[in-house]
Amino acid sequence: MRAGIRAGLPLVLPTFAIGLSFGVLAVSLHWDPAAPIVMSLVVFSGSAQFASTSVLGDGGTVLAAVLAATLVNLRFLPMGIAAAPAFKGGPLRRAAEGQTLVDASWALANDEGRFDRGILIGATLPQFVGWVGGTIVGAVAGSAIGDPKELGLDAMFPAFFLVLLAPELRNRRSLEVAIGGAALALALVPIVPPGLPIVAASAAAVMGALRQ
Amino acid sequence: MTAVWTTIGVLTLVSATIKATGPVLVGGRELPRWATRIIALLAPALLAALVVVDTFADGKSLVIDARAAGLAAAAIAVALRAPIIVVILLAAAVTALVRAVS
Repeated sequence: MRAGIRAGLPLVLPTFAIGLSFGVLAVSLHWDPAAPIVMSLVVFSGSAQFASTSVLGDGGTVLAAVLAATLVNLRFLPMGIAAAPAFKGGPLRRAAEGQTLVDASWALANDEGRFDRGILIGATLPQFVGWVGGTIVGAVAGSAIGDPKELGLDAMFPAFFLVLLAPELRNRRSLEVAIGGAALALALVPIVPPGLPIVAASAAAVMGALRQ
Repeated sequence: MTAVWTTIGVLTLVSATIKATGPVLVGGRELPRWATRIIALLAPALLAALVVVDTFADGKSLVIDARAAGLAAAAIAVALRAPIIVVILLAAAVTALVRAVS
């Protein structure tokens, strides 16, 4: 667990920054400042929160907002199945431990398909602190902060995912799958709702495995 | 405001269910070999998709904007084996810089 927390520490800053953007966005839509804070505490999923918030901001219904966020979060199905053997205990405890699934921890804990429970859970803790802390500051300070995009904060996450992706690219098959997944996702962006392109990229992993 | 709180409530349940599904259904069983082969390749597939979508997607359109410059700087830093935090800050700084001058 301690190794996981250490592995997750560099993520406090980007999660804080993105959480701050989320808080600022929510209050700019005239939400009660408590709403984004509660949402970050209980939903704890950046991409899903941004997706549902922008749907509501565009005047969409609750159903549309939930649907958008659900599509964005569907990737946790294959990720959860992959990481499942790492969790401990009965169904209730597994369900609870599964709540720590986030992209970065999943990738950090992954060692060629085997997952380290301590890193999976440990690396999520600093991100939770950063995410909720950032949301609180963004929701409370709100418009005083200005546009977080001016600080380039939205480029932090793709950069981080690139760091995690880099070692995979040394292996020829993983490289091919990465290129396939990226191409598939980009091709689907204009056609399908946000979130689905990421889920669909799983198909590249299936094709890569079939060719083995 | 009711719509916001309803969304938060429903989304909490849906999100928790999605995250719990794999761990509960699969349990502690070892997965069959064909499944572990796919899973080993899920990381490059999903990470690569996250990188390009976070960089080039703006809603449903594909764009090349300041984020692409930030990612290019990050890629150089990764190639030079810079620490994670340096890569992340560099990406933000370059993106901000390009936005400021464009």
